[in-house]
Amino acid sequence: MLNSILLDGLALAGAGIGAGVAALAAGLGIGRIGSSAVESIARQPSESGKIQTAMLIAAALIEGVALFGVVVCLLIALA
Amino acid sequence: MATKINKLLLILLMSMASIAGFATDQHDKIVEEETGEEETVFNPGAMIMHHIADSHEWHLFNTATFHATIPLPIIVYSAQRGGLSIFSSSKFAHHGTYNGYGIHHEHIFAANAEGHEDTSVKVYDFSITKNVASLILSAAILLFVFISVAKGYVKNKGKAPTGMQSFFEPIVSYVRDEIAIKMIGPKYERFMPFLLTVFFFIWFNNLLGLLPGGANLTGNIAVTLMLAIVVFIITLINSNGYYWKHILWTPGVPLPLRIIIMPIEVIGMITKPFSLMIRLFANITAGHIIILSFIGLIFLFKNIYIAPLSVGFGLFMTFLELFVALIQAFVFTLLAAMYFGSAVEEHAHDDHDHGH
Repeated sequence: MLNSILLDGLALAGAGIGAGVAALAAGLGIGRIGSSAVESIARQPSESGKIQTAMLIAAALIEGVALFGVVVCLLIALA
Repeated sequence: MATKINKLLLILLMSMASIAGFATDQHDKIVEEETGEEETVFNPGAMIMHHIADSHEWHLFNTATFHATIPLPIIVYSAQRGGLSIFSSSKFAHHGTYNGYGIHHEHIFAANAEGHEDTSVKVYDFSITKNVASLILSAAILLFVFISVAKGYVKNKGKAPTGMQSFFEPIVSYVRDEIAIKMIGPKYERFMPFLLTVFFFIWFNNLLGLLPGGANLTGNIAVTLMLAIVVFIITLINSNGYYWKHILWTPGVPLPLRIIIMPIEVIGMITKPFSLMIRLFANITAGHIIILSFIGLIFLFKNIYIAPLSVGFGLFMTFLELFVALIQAFVFTLLAAMYFGSAVEEHAHDDHDHGH
């Protein structure tokens, strides 16, 4: 018997889990970018400026996607 | 002679010896909202929302006896309440209604005789809210800074840059060389004013929002929406035939794939500015929420021993947010330049000759 309180609670739980998964995914993705960036700098230290720039851009793009998820979870939690 | 341990202990001590601040206001407000609660319970969610959301007055700080707020003008229009009304938001302070209008949680409504909302009356709210005031302030600061920099160039014609010039010149050169020329190509000069404006606007407003008592302007989705819409409009205005050709009838792919790609690319045209909007809004707002949560921990635990944790993490998050302020401005400008570049791209690559 799912009454409305349980449904509200489930929605909030879903929002919390969603935000956690989004953070997890962002961490994984940006971790991979960071690792390959650091590796490439180790291989070719003279190109470190370009590699750093590319790393920042890719990190910002991935973070944007993760924040889509966060915004959706915020909407669920607050509305 | 400060050894490492001494420095660490000093930092720990200073983080505990904070000024005894009085967190009265949020408690009192919350008692009214939490029906049935007898003691004052601190509601961190309400505190965070209050600091993030827009407001009709500029609330700076509270001491035990004094609430420092700057009342901002409220400008409302309602046909049934006598047209345009302009008054200070301090008029709402005591009674909650004034001149036929009432306010509840920053929502202005037309009040009937008992002071409740009269839903049949349409009220248009054009007030100078905290975000609008912050926008005007930051526009004034930007104008002042850059007009002085420009005057400096006139004064130092042919000589080395001095003062503020020497700070902004490398940044402007960086935006021109690494962002505009790389992404847009030979036609970059047309877009330079907009790219520079948007870069410094977002950076300054991100920084101003981090100050205590600052307004969360770039964390307001309406502001980022307008920035994204402007980027979209500029892309559309400057688009040439090759841009539309690549979207609607992608060259170099087999025909069935072209039919599938077309709706995806059209939707992609809309999602690119949308992602610009969400990225900036969510980054800045999330940063503010995290810092406010750490500070709210102190009020939640009501214990001084949480202070090293709060102050330490709060400080770390603030530094991270300073970094994020610059990065988000940079990424917004870079992606805007990428979209402009794809719109004005000349037919340099012959990709409809490949794949045959």
